[in-house]
Amino acid sequence: MESVEQKRNIISTLWNDKEKRAVIIQIFSIAGLFALVWFMIGNAISNLDALGKGFSFDFLFQPASYDINQHLISYTSRDTHLRATIIGIMNTAMIAVAGIILATVVGFTLGVLRLSKNFLINRIVYIYIEYIRNVPVLLHILLVHGVVVHSLPNPKAAMTFNDSFFLTKRGFFMPSPDFESAMTVVWIALAIGIAFTFWFRRYAKRVQDETGKIFPVFLISFGAVVIFPVLVYFLAGSPITWEIPVLKGFNFKGGMVVRPEFLALWLALSLYTAAFIAEIVRAGIIAVSHGQTEAAYALGLRPGRTTQLIVIPQALRVIVPPLTSQYLNLTKNSSLAIAIGYMDIVATIGGISLNQTGREMECMIIVLALYLIFSLSISSVMNWYNKRIKLVER
Amino acid sequence: MSDSREYAVGTHPDLPPPLSTSGAIGWIRGNLLSSPTNIILTVLSIYFLYKVVPPSLNWLFFDATFNGDSRQDCREASNGAGACWAFVKHRFHLFVYGFYPVEQRWRVDISFILLPLALWPVLFDKVPYRKHLLKFSIAFPFIAGWLLIGGFGLTPVSTDYFGGFMLTLVIGVTGIVFSLPIGVALALGRQSNMPVLRVICVTFIEFIRGVPLITLLFVASTMLNYFLPPGTQFNLLLRVLIMVTLFSAAYIAEVVRGGLQAIPKGQYEAADSMGLKYWQSMQKIILPQALKISIPGIVNTFIGLYKDTTLVIIIGLLDPLGIGRASLADTKWTGLTTEIYVFVAIFFFLSCFSMARYSLYLENKLHTGHKR
Amino acid sequence: MRVTQIAAVAAALTMTTMTAQAGTLQDVQARGELNCVVSTGVAGFAAPDDNGQWSGFDVDFCRATAAAVLGDGSKVKFVPSTGKTRFTLLNSGEGDILYRNTTVTMSRDADLKLTFLGVNYYDGQGFLIRKELGINSAKDLDGASVCIQTGTTTELNLADYFRVNGMSYEPVPIETNEEGITQYSANRCDVYTTDASGLASTRAALDDPSAHMVLPEIISKEPLGPAVRQGDDEWADVTRWVLNALINAETLGVTKANVAEHAAAAGDNPSVNRMLGTEGDMGAMIGLDKQWAVRAIAHAGNYAEIFEANVGPDTPLGLERGINASWVDGGILYAAPIR
Repeated sequence: MESVEQKRNIISTLWNDKEKRAVIIQIFSIAGLFALVWFMIGNAISNLDALGKGFSFDFLFQPASYDINQHLISYTSRDTHLRATIIGIMNTAMIAVAGIILATVVGFTLGVLRLSKNFLINRIVYIYIEYIRNVPVLLHILLVHGVVVHSLPNPKAAMTFNDSFFLTKRGFFMPSPDFESAMTVVWIALAIGIAFTFWFRRYAKRVQDETGKIFPVFLISFGAVVIFPVLVYFLAGSPITWEIPVLKGFNFKGGMVVRPEFLALWLALSLYTAAFIAEIVRAGIIAVSHGQTEAAYALGLRPGRTTQLIVIPQALRVIVPPLTSQYLNLTKNSSLAIAIGYMDIVATIGGISLNQTGREMECMIIVLALYLIFSLSISSVMNWYNKRIKLVER
Repeated sequence: MSDSREYAVGTHPDLPPPLSTSGAIGWIRGNLLSSPTNIILTVLSIYFLYKVVPPSLNWLFFDATFNGDSRQDCREASNGAGACWAFVKHRFHLFVYGFYPVEQRWRVDISFILLPLALWPVLFDKVPYRKHLLKFSIAFPFIAGWLLIGGFGLTPVSTDYFGGFMLTLVIGVTGIVFSLPIGVALALGRQSNMPVLRVICVTFIEFIRGVPLITLLFVASTMLNYFLPPGTQFNLLLRVLIMVTLFSAAYIAEVVRGGLQAIPKGQYEAADSMGLKYWQSMQKIILPQALKISIPGIVNTFIGLYKDTTLVIIIGLLDPLGIGRASLADTKWTGLTTEIYVFVAIFFFLSCFSMARYSLYLENKLHTGHKR
Repeated sequence: MRVTQIAAVAAALTMTTMTAQAGTLQDVQARGELNCVVSTGVAGFAAPDDNGQWSGFDVDFCRATAAAVLGDGSKVKFVPSTGKTRFTLLNSGEGDILYRNTTVTMSRDADLKLTFLGVNYYDGQGFLIRKELGINSAKDLDGASVCIQTGTTTELNLADYFRVNGMSYEPVPIETNEEGITQYSANRCDVYTTDASGLASTRAALDDPSAHMVLPEIISKEPLGPAVRQGDDEWADVTRWVLNALINAETLGVTKANVAEHAAAAGDNPSVNRMLGTEGDMGAMIGLDKQWAVRAIAHAGNYAEIFEANVGPDTPLGLERGINASWVDGGILYAAPIR
């Protein structure tokens, strides 16, 4: 009897001691987690066994047997599933980068317009933002795709610019550059221009800090990065030849092409995300107190300089963290490409490959891992940027 | 001296009359034409409105066909210029109930009626008998579940018959109800001082937030069965519900974490010094304050979850969008995709916009509490 | 306390959703309902009408199976699936049988772990194109944009066909037949390719069917047939013989109208007698009663009647029997005898 009593006491002292209790809880949660993982893996093994499927990534090196309509690097149906996956990754990356750029531009514009004193513009932007934010992004994608496909002309009646750019239902055809060997000189010139700009900016800042002298930094940078390489390009005898798309039979051949699925997805995702960014930008600008602007004026800064040096840096501090999650959302939403047949990660390895090979487990693991990598890289870049612009506290 | 003569305001013979700052003209001048940029913006906006509004209204209402038995009827009635709402009208019950058996639809109706009754005491605090009604609100998900699935005296209806707006609401409401407690638990786990628990919660939250919902739904539909004991059958809707709930729980956890971090450290210390145990201090001191701050963020997460219910179409569940597209296989109605998209978009706009307005109302209400 | 209670309730709820998998036949009979995986909508084969009732060629086979197994052809739950989700739905137990224009192939049979029961429609992949383009042969399709359903055999055939003939094309991937119609009518693609039966169904659904034509080339063999999960031979037998009974009924002259008459008493033809249970007890061999085939035929008729009612010349699809005629009429539809 006594021993039972004692045991109970030991348990209750263990339980009442905060630290020991924490240790007990943690041991149990680790044990529970391992048991769960063990259970699931065991089930997976016996289920796969029962189906006679096994677990292996060998299928990645077999021919994919299907075609993809938009690829940055060469691809045919005889290439492997692995190469199809890489095409998918590139297509996702392309939509993410293009989407992030357009969404940022449109979002900032809308955010500023939303603060406009012009009643009409203000209301139109408000209604637009509310409409976009309150309708699921999948619907936007489907609607925009419908509009894009319906409104573009057939190849025979293509909209053309300068007879080298063609916009049709089959996509946007552009001349593709063909680099000659002399092009190396131009690349070197560009690299020198960029390096010079980096150095010059630092130099200009140091001179300004020391003497107060201001250089026209933007003009000089522009000259170094753009005008200098362009001059070299012409001096080298224009070493790029352009392959211009030509209408042959059903379709344009040659040149580069952007499919309408890409255009639709790009527009829909950017416009959707832009509505959220606009609200973030608006909140960011409002958060900079009016006193800051007035103080800048009092110091004699012109309105342009005030915005550039006082308002934007402070607003960015409020804007960047939520902006990061919008960029992540855009990247993740790009997986809805599957609804309109844009061949991204989900549509290639997670869709057709999965379906043709029946390797659900392997394919889904690859897809999940790829998205995690995408998300982690975007958030680390944005965290780095956020640290850079953060208020330096002393 | 004539200069010293005094004039009533606005009657001086040498001065032009002051610009009117009130009335319609004054308003236009102040708001639309105050500067050259402003004038350009105004002209552009008017042009934009002229280009967009009349054609949209024509398509939506004036040229639209509301009666007819096939797309042919619509085309004859309006020359194809307007929307064919006859289609939506004809299939309206499918859009609402999915394939739920006709003779059992009253059960769905009752759930639809009970939903606002259950929401009312949760959303507003000046409700008579709020305490008692709240009990009903807590019981509602279970009552609705019983009504819809059946059993215990009602004819069982398989969840595969669920579809349309009813499916949207089932996924939305279940997700919202269950993701909140899980999210709060995850947030507490992430803030806990037990390293193992913290690592588990952080890994879980970051994993879920790092991948798109659609891949999780694919996992639910293709892979989940491998991880269950052989021979287990696991309802597809239930799998989807679990995934949707976990997904939004991870986002809610982050919102609540923000709330927890915003509580001054003094509050934690005060609770400790009063001798409150962990759960007591959380329940009585920390969570009420943290949740109050996070409410707008939580509502935003809910709106996101609700919109995300459309994604179930990709794994073959027939939400309104899916019902609409399946209906197009009928040769009578082919090609009416735009009507479906617009109709479903209007439904989502109405529900999400009201949720957003409610969130704004709450924000304003809660804001006053902190103003000094 | 409350937390543990809730957890207990949740656990109980979860448990009820898990039922041990006995034989599929027993499961179906215990459930009183057959779960049949069909497409999300292919006119004539499987599509819901204004009231949400499913009808079509594949649907009638499902109903006949339900009639044989459960005694009531209306006790079917239709599980709509896309080309991608169909096998998963079947393998995860969501469906008991798959009737969804599915091509019988070796890899599906062996690698995807299905058991095919036979063929209910002999099909081949063709091309639908606008007449105004003036193309008369699939060999002239170089450079065309082709709408193609992903996750199907047609996708692979297409890649092979263009490759072998040294032609290029732009694949426009779509998920469902309905999406294919939308994209094709919006002129996003020049050509729509799928099984010839599906093309007929698509053409019928277009605004002006006479402006479109199906090219003469058939580039593949697509024997479409029903499938069940591998490893349940009893259930495979039941469903296979329902299909065979419907096909045999045509050659034996048993129709929806006269099946009751034939079943009332043994007649002169022993084959009919065996099938309809007036002689011997064939049903017992597959775990059903004597009247199984009677019910299956009584529900929607024999193969010919199902064909005529859903996809035949008098329907919007207007498909001829062609090679799908019975072997006695010069087709290749040939079912093993019930003996």
